[in-house]
Amino acid sequence: MSNAAISLKDLDISYGDTKVVRDVSFDVATGESFALVGESGSGKSTVLKAIAGLAPDWTGEISVLGKPRGHGTDRTFSNTCQMVFQDPYASLHPRKTIDTVLSEPLAIHGIGQRSKKVVEMLSAVGLDQRFRFRFPHQLSGGQRQRVAIARALMLEPKVMLLDEPTSALDVSVQAEILNLLKRLRREQGLTYLMVTHNLPVVSFMCDRMAVMNKGRIVEIAPKTALYDGSFSDPYTLDLYAASGGNPDADPAVAAASDTKDP
Amino acid sequence: MSTRDWLLDDSPATLTQANLGRAWRMTTTLLRNPLAVAGLLIVLLLLATALFAPWIAPETPVGQNLQARLLPPSAEHWMGTDELGRDIFSRVVYGSRITLMIVALVAVISAPLGLIIGAVAGYFGGWVDRILMGVTDVFLSLPKLILALAFVAALGPGIENAIIAIAITAWPAYARIARAETLTFRNDEYIQAVRLVGGSHSRIIFRHVLPLCTSSMIVRATLDMAGIILTAAGLGFLGLGAQPPLPEWGAMISRGRTFILDQWWVATMPGFAIILVSLGFCFLGDGLRDVLDPKQGGEK
Repeated sequence: MSNAAISLKDLDISYGDTKVVRDVSFDVATGESFALVGESGSGKSTVLKAIAGLAPDWTGEISVLGKPRGHGTDRTFSNTCQMVFQDPYASLHPRKTIDTVLSEPLAIHGIGQRSKKVVEMLSAVGLDQRFRFRFPHQLSGGQRQRVAIARALMLEPKVMLLDEPTSALDVSVQAEILNLLKRLRREQGLTYLMVTHNLPVVSFMCDRMAVMNKGRIVEIAPKTALYDGSFSDPYTLDLYAASGGNPDADPAVAAASDTKDP
Repeated sequence: MSTRDWLLDDSPATLTQANLGRAWRMTTTLLRNPLAVAGLLIVLLLLATALFAPWIAPETPVGQNLQARLLPPSAEHWMGTDELGRDIFSRVVYGSRITLMIVALVAVISAPLGLIIGAVAGYFGGWVDRILMGVTDVFLSLPKLILALAFVAALGPGIENAIIAIAITAWPAYARIARAETLTFRNDEYIQAVRLVGGSHSRIIFRHVLPLCTSSMIVRATLDMAGIILTAAGLGFLGLGAQPPLPEWGAMISRGRTFILDQWWVATMPGFAIILVSLGFCFLGDGLRDVLDPKQGGEK
Protein backbone atom coordinates (compact mmCIF):
# COMPACT_ATOMS: atom_id res chain seq x y z
CA MET A 1 0.00 0.00 0.00
CA SER A 2 1.58 3.25 -1.09
CA ASN A 3 -0.26 5.62 1.26
CA ALA A 4 0.26 3.44 4.33
CA ALA A 5 0.80 5.42 7.51
CA ILE A 6 2.09 2.36 9.30
CA SER A 7 3.33 -0.72 7.53
CA LEU A 8 4.52 -3.87 9.31
CA LYS A 9 6.05 -6.83 7.50
CA ASP A 10 6.93 -10.18 9.08
CA LEU A 11 7.46 -8.55 12.43
CA ASP A 12 8.86 -10.76 15.19
CA ILE A 13 9.40 -9.19 18.60
CA SER A 14 11.16 -10.73 21.56
CA TYR A 15 11.86 -9.82 25.16
CA GLY A 16 15.19 -11.47 25.91
CA ASP A 17 14.95 -15.05 24.66
CA THR A 18 11.17 -15.18 24.60
CA LYS A 19 9.50 -14.42 21.33
CA VAL A 20 6.22 -12.69 22.14
CA VAL A 21 5.06 -11.60 18.71
CA ARG A 22 5.50 -13.63 15.50
CA ASP A 23 4.96 -12.85 11.86
CA VAL A 24 2.83 -9.78 12.22
CA SER A 25 2.10 -7.97 8.97
CA PHE A 26 -0.50 -5.29 8.34
CA ASP A 27 -0.87 -1.85 6.83
CA VAL A 28 -2.71 1.10 8.28
CA ALA A 29 -3.80 3.63 5.66
CA THR A 30 -3.22 7.34 6.25
CA GLY A 31 -6.18 8.78 8.11
CA GLU A 32 -7.46 5.38 9.08
CA SER A 33 -8.25 4.25 12.60
CA PHE A 34 -7.07 0.70 13.06
CA ALA A 35 -7.60 -1.47 16.11
CA LEU A 36 -5.52 -4.30 17.50
CA VAL A 37 -7.72 -6.49 19.65
CA GLY A 38 -7.09 -9.63 21.61
CA GLU A 39 -6.94 -10.87 25.15
CA SER A 40 -4.29 -9.90 27.71
CA GLY A 41 -0.83 -11.16 26.85
CA SER A 42 -1.56 -11.58 23.17
CA GLY A 43 1.19 -9.12 22.23
CA LYS A 44 -0.92 -6.14 21.19
CA SER A 45 0.87 -3.57 23.31
CA THR A 46 4.23 -5.03 22.35
CA VAL A 47 3.52 -4.27 18.70
CA LEU A 48 2.85 -0.63 19.61
CA LYS A 49 6.01 -0.46 21.67
CA ALA A 50 8.07 -1.85 18.82
CA ILE A 51 6.68 0.80 16.46
CA ALA A 52 7.36 3.50 19.04
CA GLY A 53 10.91 2.22 19.56
CA LEU A 54 10.42 1.13 23.16
CA ALA A 55 10.79 -2.59 22.44
CA PRO A 56 13.98 -2.57 20.37
CA ASP A 57 14.44 -6.31 20.02
CA TRP A 58 12.61 -7.07 16.78
CA THR A 59 13.18 -8.40 13.28
CA GLY A 60 11.20 -7.73 10.14
CA GLU A 61 10.20 -4.36 8.73
CA ILE A 62 8.42 -1.43 10.30
CA SER A 63 7.82 1.75 8.39
CA VAL A 64 5.88 4.80 9.43
CA LEU A 65 4.72 7.28 6.75
CA GLY A 66 6.96 5.51 4.26
CA LYS A 67 10.13 5.80 6.36
CA PRO A 68 11.69 2.63 7.79
CA ARG A 69 12.02 2.66 11.57
CA GLY A 70 15.23 2.07 13.48
CA HIS A 71 15.33 -0.03 16.61
CA GLY A 72 15.30 2.71 19.21
CA THR A 73 13.65 6.03 19.84
CA ASP A 74 14.91 9.00 17.87
CA ARG A 75 14.28 12.71 17.70
CA THR A 76 13.12 12.98 14.11
CA PHE A 77 10.63 10.20 14.56
CA SER A 78 9.00 11.98 17.49
CA ASN A 79 7.51 14.57 15.12
CA THR A 80 5.67 11.92 13.15
CA CYS A 81 4.42 9.47 15.70
CA GLN A 82 3.50 9.62 19.37
CA MET A 83 1.98 7.26 21.86
CA VAL A 84 -0.63 7.52 24.59
CA PHE A 85 -0.18 5.06 27.42
CA GLN A 86 -2.68 2.89 29.16
CA ASP A 87 -2.37 4.08 32.74
CA PRO A 88 -2.77 7.82 33.21
CA TYR A 89 -1.65 7.44 36.82
CA ALA A 90 1.77 6.16 35.69
CA SER A 91 2.32 8.25 32.59
CA LEU A 92 2.83 11.67 34.20
CA HIS A 93 5.91 12.60 36.20
CA PRO A 94 4.74 13.05 39.82
CA ARG A 95 6.93 16.10 40.47
CA LYS A 96 6.22 18.12 37.34
CA THR A 97 3.39 20.53 36.71
CA ILE A 98 1.15 20.05 33.71
CA ASP A 99 2.76 23.12 32.16
CA THR A 100 6.24 21.58 32.45
CA VAL A 101 5.04 18.26 31.04
CA LEU A 102 3.49 19.94 28.01
CA SER A 103 6.31 22.38 27.26
CA GLU A 104 9.04 19.74 27.51
CA PRO A 105 8.55 18.28 24.00
CA LEU A 106 8.75 21.84 22.62
CA ALA A 107 11.87 22.56 24.65
CA ILE A 108 13.56 19.37 23.42
CA HIS A 109 12.89 20.31 19.82
CA GLY A 110 13.75 23.97 20.31
CA ILE A 111 10.29 25.21 19.39
CA GLY A 112 9.38 28.69 20.59
CA GLN A 113 6.12 30.25 21.77
CA ARG A 114 5.77 27.47 24.30
CA SER A 115 3.40 29.26 26.61
CA LYS A 116 0.96 30.06 23.84
CA LYS A 117 1.08 26.51 22.48
CA VAL A 118 0.48 25.00 25.90
CA VAL A 119 -2.57 27.21 26.39
CA GLU A 120 -3.93 26.23 22.97
CA MET A 121 -3.34 22.55 23.54
CA LEU A 122 -5.06 22.60 26.93
CA SER A 123 -8.19 23.99 25.35
CA ALA A 124 -7.90 21.55 22.43
CA VAL A 125 -8.07 18.60 24.83
CA GLY A 126 -10.85 20.22 26.84
CA LEU A 127 -8.90 21.14 29.97
CA ASP A 128 -9.50 24.40 31.76
CA GLN A 129 -6.55 26.81 32.03
CA ARG A 130 -6.62 26.56 35.81
CA PHE A 131 -5.16 23.05 35.52
CA ARG A 132 -2.05 24.40 33.86
CA PHE A 133 0.12 24.75 36.96
CA ARG A 134 -1.26 21.85 38.93
CA PHE A 135 0.67 18.73 39.76
CA PRO A 136 -0.62 15.39 38.44
CA HIS A 137 -1.87 14.34 41.88
CA GLN A 138 -4.27 17.26 41.80
CA LEU A 139 -6.01 15.86 38.71
CA SER A 140 -8.48 13.03 38.21
CA GLY A 141 -7.74 10.02 36.01
CA GLY A 142 -9.67 11.42 33.07
CA GLN A 143 -7.95 14.78 33.35
CA ARG A 144 -4.57 13.09 33.49
CA GLN A 145 -5.36 11.12 30.39
CA ARG A 146 -6.28 14.38 28.65
CA VAL A 147 -2.89 15.73 29.66
CA ALA A 148 -1.20 12.59 28.30
CA ILE A 149 -3.04 13.02 25.00
CA ALA A 150 -2.08 16.69 24.94
CA ARG A 151 1.57 15.80 25.52
CA ALA A 152 1.47 13.35 22.63
CA LEU A 153 -0.05 16.01 20.37
CA MET A 154 2.38 18.81 21.29
CA LEU A 155 4.76 17.94 18.43
CA GLU A 156 1.84 17.72 15.98
CA PRO A 157 2.41 14.10 14.96
CA LYS A 158 0.34 12.55 12.20
CA VAL A 159 0.27 9.06 13.63
CA MET A 160 -0.93 8.24 17.13
CA LEU A 161 -0.39 4.94 18.91
CA LEU A 162 -3.04 4.45 21.57
CA ASP A 163 -2.42 1.75 24.14
CA GLU A 164 -5.79 1.03 25.73
CA PRO A 165 -6.29 4.72 26.42
CA THR A 166 -9.53 4.23 28.33
CA SER A 167 -9.18 0.92 30.14
CA ALA A 168 -7.92 2.45 33.41
CA LEU A 169 -10.77 4.95 33.61
CA ASP A 170 -14.28 4.66 34.91
CA VAL A 171 -17.19 4.41 32.53
CA SER A 172 -18.38 8.01 32.18
CA VAL A 173 -14.82 9.26 31.84
CA GLN A 174 -14.10 6.60 29.20
CA ALA A 175 -16.89 8.06 27.12
CA GLU A 176 -15.38 11.55 27.38
CA ILE A 177 -11.94 10.37 26.34
CA LEU A 178 -13.30 8.33 23.43
CA ASN A 179 -15.21 11.35 22.17
CA LEU A 180 -12.13 13.53 22.60
CA LEU A 181 -9.99 11.10 20.58
CA LYS A 182 -12.62 10.92 17.88
CA ARG A 183 -12.87 14.71 17.62
CA LEU A 184 -9.08 15.17 17.57
CA ARG A 185 -8.75 12.66 14.76
CA ARG A 186 -11.36 14.52 12.75
CA GLU A 187 -9.86 17.94 13.43
CA GLN A 188 -6.21 17.11 12.93
CA GLY A 189 -6.44 14.34 10.34
CA LEU A 190 -4.68 11.82 12.54
CA THR A 191 -4.05 8.17 11.91
CA TYR A 192 -4.80 5.96 14.91
CA LEU A 193 -3.42 2.58 15.77
CA MET A 194 -5.30 1.59 18.87
CA VAL A 195 -4.86 -1.36 21.15
CA THR A 196 -7.90 -2.50 23.06
CA HIS A 197 -9.61 -5.60 24.32
CA ASN A 198 -12.96 -3.95 24.19
CA LEU A 199 -14.89 -4.71 20.98
CA PRO A 200 -17.53 -1.98 21.45
CA VAL A 201 -14.71 0.59 21.58
CA VAL A 202 -13.53 -0.75 18.23
CA SER A 203 -16.92 -0.31 16.63
CA PHE A 204 -17.12 3.21 18.03
CA MET A 205 -13.63 4.39 17.11
CA CYS A 206 -12.12 2.29 14.36
CA ASP A 207 -12.49 1.40 10.71
CA ARG A 208 -10.70 -1.92 10.70
CA MET A 209 -9.32 -4.30 13.25
CA ALA A 210 -6.71 -7.02 13.54
CA VAL A 211 -7.38 -9.80 16.03
CA MET A 212 -4.33 -11.14 17.84
CA ASN A 213 -3.96 -14.38 19.72
CA LYS A 214 -0.77 -15.72 21.27
CA GLY A 215 1.46 -13.31 19.43
CA ARG A 216 -0.01 -13.84 15.97
CA ILE A 217 -2.62 -12.03 13.95
CA VAL A 218 -5.45 -14.47 13.32
CA GLU A 219 -7.72 -12.22 11.32
CA ILE A 220 -8.05 -8.73 9.90
CA ALA A 221 -11.65 -7.61 9.55
CA PRO A 222 -13.59 -4.42 8.86
CA LYS A 223 -15.63 -3.04 11.73
CA THR A 224 -18.86 -4.01 9.96
CA ALA A 225 -18.04 -7.57 10.95
CA LEU A 226 -18.88 -6.55 14.49
CA TYR A 227 -22.48 -6.00 13.45
CA ASP A 228 -23.05 -9.04 11.29
CA GLY A 229 -20.59 -11.43 12.94
CA SER A 230 -18.93 -12.28 9.64
CA PHE A 231 -15.63 -13.44 11.11
CA SER A 232 -13.88 -16.45 9.66
CA ASP A 233 -11.40 -17.48 12.35
CA PRO A 234 -12.71 -19.67 15.19
CA TYR A 235 -10.81 -17.66 17.83
CA THR A 236 -12.35 -14.41 16.62
CA LEU A 237 -15.80 -15.97 16.67
CA ASP A 238 -15.21 -17.03 20.28
CA LEU A 239 -14.06 -13.55 21.21
CA TYR A 240 -17.05 -12.05 19.46
CA ALA A 241 -19.44 -14.42 21.20
CA ALA A 242 -17.83 -13.61 24.55
CA SER A 243 -18.49 -9.92 24.01
CA GLY A 244 -22.22 -10.66 23.65
CA GLY A 245 -22.35 -9.97 19.94
CA ASN A 246 -23.77 -6.50 20.39
CA PRO A 247 -21.16 -3.86 19.66
CA ASP A 248 -23.09 -1.10 21.43
CA ALA A 249 -23.68 -3.01 24.63
CA ASP A 250 -20.73 -1.42 26.41
CA PRO A 251 -21.95 1.26 28.80
CA ALA A 252 -19.01 3.56 28.05
CA VAL A 253 -19.59 3.44 24.34
CA ALA A 254 -23.31 3.88 24.80
CA ALA A 255 -22.59 6.97 26.86
CA ALA A 256 -20.09 8.21 24.30
CA SER A 257 -22.60 7.75 21.47
CA ASP A 258 -25.24 9.64 23.42
CA THR A 259 -23.11 12.63 24.22
CA LYS A 260 -21.02 14.87 22.04
CA ASP A 261 -17.65 16.20 23.01
CA PRO A 262 -17.97 19.97 23.24
CA MET B 1 -6.94 36.88 49.53
CA SER B 2 -4.41 36.15 52.26
CA THR B 3 -0.93 34.85 51.54
CA ARG B 4 -1.96 31.51 52.94
CA ASP B 5 -4.88 31.19 50.56
CA TRP B 6 -2.64 32.24 47.72
CA LEU B 7 -0.15 29.50 48.64
CA LEU B 8 -2.79 26.83 49.02
CA ASP B 9 -4.68 27.83 45.87
CA ASP B 10 -5.81 24.72 44.04
CA SER B 11 -5.26 26.31 40.67
CA PRO B 12 -1.99 28.23 40.79
CA ALA B 13 -1.59 30.89 38.14
CA THR B 14 2.17 30.57 37.73
CA LEU B 15 4.85 27.98 38.14
CA THR B 16 6.34 29.93 41.05
CA GLN B 17 3.05 29.87 42.89
CA ALA B 18 2.70 26.12 42.29
CA ASN B 19 6.18 25.45 43.66
CA LEU B 20 5.79 27.79 46.62
CA GLY B 21 2.46 26.18 47.48
CA ARG B 22 4.10 22.80 47.42
CA ALA B 23 6.93 24.00 49.67
CA TRP B 24 4.40 25.58 52.04
CA ARG B 25 2.48 22.31 52.38
CA MET B 26 5.68 20.42 53.12
CA THR B 27 6.78 22.96 55.71
CA THR B 28 3.49 22.85 57.56
CA THR B 29 3.59 19.05 57.60
CA LEU B 30 7.13 19.15 58.93
CA LEU B 31 6.23 21.64 61.64
CA ARG B 32 3.46 19.37 62.91
CA ASN B 33 6.08 16.79 63.93
CA PRO B 34 7.52 17.79 67.36
CA LEU B 35 10.71 15.74 67.00
CA ALA B 36 11.41 17.25 63.60
CA VAL B 37 10.90 20.72 65.05
CA ALA B 38 13.34 19.87 67.86
CA GLY B 39 15.86 18.67 65.26
CA LEU B 40 15.31 21.75 63.16
CA LEU B 41 15.87 23.99 66.19
CA ILE B 42 19.11 22.22 67.07
CA VAL B 43 20.37 22.53 63.50
CA LEU B 44 19.36 26.20 63.40
CA LEU B 45 21.13 26.68 66.72
CA LEU B 46 24.26 25.13 65.22
CA LEU B 47 24.00 27.43 62.21
CA ALA B 48 23.51 30.50 64.40
CA THR B 49 26.37 29.52 66.68
CA ALA B 50 28.70 29.03 63.76
CA LEU B 51 27.63 32.28 62.15
CA PHE B 52 27.88 34.43 65.28
CA ALA B 53 30.75 32.59 67.02
CA PRO B 54 32.89 35.72 67.62
CA TRP B 55 29.96 37.44 69.36
CA ILE B 56 28.80 34.42 71.36
CA ALA B 57 32.14 33.17 72.62
CA PRO B 58 33.35 35.11 75.65
CA GLU B 59 37.02 34.45 74.90
CA THR B 60 39.22 33.57 71.98
CA PRO B 61 39.38 29.82 71.30
CA VAL B 62 43.17 29.71 71.13
CA GLY B 63 44.31 32.20 73.79
CA GLN B 64 46.19 30.41 76.54
CA ASN B 65 46.18 31.30 80.21
CA LEU B 66 48.30 28.90 82.18
CA GLN B 67 47.17 30.36 85.50
CA ALA B 68 43.62 29.20 84.77
CA ARG B 69 44.40 25.58 83.83
CA LEU B 70 41.77 22.87 84.20
CA LEU B 71 39.25 24.97 86.10
CA PRO B 72 35.87 23.29 86.67
CA PRO B 73 32.69 24.77 85.13
CA SER B 74 31.78 28.03 86.88
CA ALA B 75 29.97 31.29 86.17
CA GLU B 76 33.13 32.64 84.58
CA HIS B 77 33.96 29.55 82.51
CA TRP B 78 30.62 27.84 81.74
CA MET B 79 32.27 24.65 80.60
CA GLY B 80 35.51 24.99 82.51
CA THR B 81 38.96 25.37 81.02
CA ASP B 82 41.36 22.89 79.46
CA GLU B 83 44.96 22.02 80.17
CA LEU B 84 46.22 25.24 78.58
CA GLY B 85 43.69 27.43 80.36
CA ARG B 86 41.52 27.96 77.27
CA ASP B 87 37.83 28.53 77.82
CA ILE B 88 36.10 25.30 76.71
CA PHE B 89 32.79 27.04 75.99
CA SER B 90 34.51 29.37 73.54
CA ARG B 91 36.26 26.45 71.91
CA VAL B 92 33.03 24.49 71.56
CA VAL B 93 31.35 27.55 70.01
CA TYR B 94 34.15 28.04 67.50
CA GLY B 95 34.28 24.28 66.93
CA SER B 96 30.74 24.45 65.54
CA ARG B 97 32.19 26.28 62.54
CA ILE B 98 34.58 23.43 61.80
CA THR B 99 31.87 20.82 62.30
CA LEU B 100 29.47 22.67 60.05
CA MET B 101 32.11 23.13 57.39
CA ILE B 102 32.98 19.43 57.43
CA VAL B 103 29.34 18.37 57.27
CA ALA B 104 28.47 20.81 54.50
CA LEU B 105 31.49 20.03 52.35
CA VAL B 106 31.11 16.29 52.70
CA ALA B 107 27.42 16.52 51.81
CA VAL B 108 28.13 18.80 48.86
CA ILE B 109 30.82 16.47 47.51
CA SER B 110 29.49 13.00 48.21
CA ALA B 111 25.71 13.29 47.82
CA PRO B 112 25.72 14.59 44.21
CA LEU B 113 28.55 12.21 43.29
CA GLY B 114 26.69 9.19 44.66
CA LEU B 115 23.42 10.39 43.23
CA ILE B 116 24.75 10.69 39.70
CA ILE B 117 26.69 7.43 39.78
CA GLY B 118 23.66 5.56 41.15
CA ALA B 119 21.19 7.13 38.73
CA VAL B 120 23.42 6.42 35.73
CA ALA B 121 23.94 2.81 36.83
CA GLY B 122 20.25 2.26 37.47
CA TYR B 123 19.07 3.99 34.32
CA PHE B 124 21.36 2.28 31.84
CA GLY B 125 21.60 -1.11 33.53
CA GLY B 126 23.69 -3.83 31.87
CA TRP B 127 27.45 -3.52 31.94
CA VAL B 128 27.42 0.16 32.96
CA ASP B 129 25.51 -0.89 36.05
CA ARG B 130 27.84 -3.79 36.73
CA ILE B 131 31.01 -1.71 36.51
CA LEU B 132 29.71 1.22 38.57
CA MET B 133 28.17 -0.99 41.21
CA GLY B 134 31.33 -3.09 41.33
CA VAL B 135 33.31 0.02 42.22
CA THR B 136 30.64 1.02 44.73
CA ASP B 137 30.79 -2.41 46.34
CA VAL B 138 34.54 -2.16 46.76
CA PHE B 139 34.14 1.12 48.65
CA LEU B 140 31.19 -0.19 50.64
CA SER B 141 33.00 -3.28 51.76
CA LEU B 142 35.69 -1.27 53.55
CA PRO B 143 34.87 0.17 56.97
CA LYS B 144 34.36 3.92 56.66
CA LEU B 145 36.73 5.05 59.37
CA ILE B 146 39.50 2.68 58.31
CA LEU B 147 39.25 3.81 54.69
CA ALA B 148 39.20 7.46 55.77
CA LEU B 149 42.25 6.73 57.94
CA ALA B 150 44.05 5.23 54.98
CA PHE B 151 43.27 8.26 52.82
CA VAL B 152 44.32 10.74 55.49
CA ALA B 153 47.48 8.76 56.09
CA ALA B 154 48.23 8.92 52.39
CA LEU B 155 47.27 12.58 51.91
CA GLY B 156 48.65 13.82 55.22
CA PRO B 157 46.70 14.92 58.30
CA GLY B 158 44.64 18.08 58.16
CA ILE B 159 41.07 19.20 57.99
CA GLU B 160 40.87 19.47 54.17
CA ASN B 161 42.21 15.97 53.72
CA ALA B 162 39.84 14.68 56.39
CA ILE B 163 36.92 16.18 54.45
CA ILE B 164 38.10 14.63 51.19
CA ALA B 165 38.62 11.27 52.89
CA ILE B 166 35.16 11.28 54.48
CA ALA B 167 33.53 12.37 51.21
CA ILE B 168 35.26 9.55 49.35
CA THR B 169 33.99 7.02 51.86
CA ALA B 170 30.46 8.44 52.09
CA TRP B 171 29.27 8.39 48.48
CA PRO B 172 28.68 4.64 47.93
CA ALA B 173 25.63 4.62 50.22
CA TYR B 174 24.05 7.39 48.13
CA ALA B 175 24.86 5.57 44.92
CA ARG B 176 23.12 2.45 46.21
CA ILE B 177 19.98 4.34 47.16
CA ALA B 178 19.88 6.31 43.93
CA ARG B 179 20.29 3.13 41.90
CA ALA B 180 17.55 1.32 43.81
CA GLU B 181 15.19 4.27 43.38
CA THR B 182 16.01 4.59 39.69
CA LEU B 183 15.36 0.89 39.09
CA THR B 184 11.83 1.25 40.44
CA PHE B 185 10.78 3.81 37.86
CA ARG B 186 13.21 3.67 34.96
CA ASN B 187 10.69 1.78 32.83
CA ASP B 188 7.74 3.84 33.95
CA GLU B 189 5.60 5.37 31.30
CA TYR B 190 6.49 8.97 32.07
CA ILE B 191 10.14 8.16 31.41
CA GLN B 192 9.24 6.34 28.20
CA ALA B 193 7.12 9.30 27.18
CA VAL B 194 10.13 11.60 27.40
CA ARG B 195 12.13 9.18 25.28
CA LEU B 196 9.32 9.18 22.75
CA VAL B 197 9.31 12.96 22.40
CA GLY B 198 13.04 12.76 21.71
CA GLY B 199 14.58 13.50 25.13
CA SER B 200 18.24 12.53 25.38
CA HIS B 201 19.56 10.19 28.06
CA SER B 202 21.26 13.01 29.92
CA ARG B 203 18.06 15.05 29.87
CA ILE B 204 16.10 12.13 31.28
CA ILE B 205 18.66 11.45 33.99
CA PHE B 206 19.08 15.07 35.09
CA ARG B 207 15.56 16.37 34.61
CA HIS B 208 13.43 13.33 35.35
CA VAL B 209 15.32 10.67 37.27
CA LEU B 210 17.36 12.82 39.67
CA PRO B 211 14.45 14.94 40.97
CA LEU B 212 12.75 11.72 42.03
CA CYS B 213 15.86 10.48 43.84
CA THR B 214 16.63 13.72 45.65
CA SER B 215 14.02 13.46 48.37
CA SER B 216 15.31 10.15 49.69
CA MET B 217 18.80 11.53 49.20
CA ILE B 218 18.09 14.58 51.37
CA VAL B 219 16.68 12.33 54.06
CA ARG B 220 19.62 10.00 53.87
CA ALA B 221 22.13 12.85 53.87
CA THR B 222 20.51 14.43 56.91
CA LEU B 223 20.60 11.13 58.76
CA ASP B 224 24.19 10.64 57.63
CA MET B 225 25.26 14.01 59.01
CA ALA B 226 25.46 12.43 62.44
CA GLY B 227 27.77 9.73 61.08
CA ILE B 228 29.88 12.30 59.27
CA ILE B 229 30.29 14.35 62.43
CA LEU B 230 31.29 11.22 64.32
CA THR B 231 33.76 10.18 61.64
CA ALA B 232 35.27 13.66 61.60
CA ALA B 233 35.45 13.60 65.39
CA GLY B 234 36.98 10.13 65.20
CA LEU B 235 39.67 11.34 62.83
CA GLY B 236 40.25 14.33 65.07
CA PHE B 237 40.44 12.04 68.08
CA LEU B 238 43.08 9.95 66.34
CA GLY B 239 45.02 13.11 65.53
CA LEU B 240 44.44 12.83 61.78
CA GLY B 241 41.74 15.46 61.38
CA ALA B 242 41.92 19.07 62.42
CA GLN B 243 45.31 19.91 63.87
CA PRO B 244 45.92 21.83 67.12
CA PRO B 245 45.16 24.51 68.03
CA LEU B 246 41.98 24.29 65.92
CA PRO B 247 39.03 23.74 68.29
CA GLU B 248 37.69 20.63 66.58
CA TRP B 249 35.38 18.68 68.89
CA GLY B 250 36.92 15.26 68.29
CA ALA B 251 40.42 16.58 68.84
CA MET B 252 39.23 18.29 72.05
CA ILE B 253 37.92 15.00 73.40
CA SER B 254 41.20 13.39 72.51
CA ARG B 255 43.13 16.01 74.50
CA GLY B 256 40.71 15.69 77.41
CA ARG B 257 41.19 11.95 77.60
CA THR B 258 44.35 12.42 79.63
CA PHE B 259 42.42 14.15 82.40
CA ILE B 260 39.14 12.28 82.15
CA LEU B 261 39.21 10.92 85.70
CA ASP B 262 40.02 14.15 87.56
CA GLN B 263 38.83 16.85 85.15
CA TRP B 264 35.83 15.22 83.45
CA TRP B 265 34.57 18.41 81.80
CA VAL B 266 37.47 18.71 79.40
CA ALA B 267 36.38 15.69 77.38
CA THR B 268 32.69 15.70 78.25
CA MET B 269 31.68 19.16 77.05
CA PRO B 270 32.70 18.74 73.39
CA GLY B 271 31.19 15.24 73.65
CA PHE B 272 27.85 16.78 74.59
CA ALA B 273 28.10 19.10 71.61
CA ILE B 274 28.68 16.14 69.27
CA ILE B 275 25.75 14.20 70.74
CA LEU B 276 23.41 17.19 70.57
CA VAL B 277 24.21 18.04 66.96
CA SER B 278 24.08 14.41 65.83
CA LEU B 279 20.73 14.02 67.54
CA GLY B 280 19.43 17.19 65.90
CA PHE B 281 20.33 15.94 62.43
CA CYS B 282 18.76 12.53 63.15
CA PHE B 283 15.47 14.07 64.31
CA LEU B 284 15.37 16.40 61.36
CA GLY B 285 16.15 13.54 58.96
CA ASP B 286 13.33 11.43 60.37
CA GLY B 287 10.92 14.32 60.05
CA LEU B 288 12.03 15.04 56.50
CA ARG B 289 11.53 11.42 55.58
CA ASP B 290 7.89 11.68 56.55
CA VAL B 291 7.46 14.84 54.51
CA LEU B 292 9.49 14.00 51.43
CA ASP B 293 8.41 10.39 50.97
CA PRO B 294 7.13 10.34 47.38
CA LYS B 295 4.11 8.31 48.47
CA GLN B 296 3.08 11.11 50.77
CA GLY B 297 4.08 13.89 48.41
CA GLY B 298 0.60 13.88 46.95
CA GLU B 299 -1.16 14.60 50.21
CA LYS B 300 -2.06 18.06 51.24
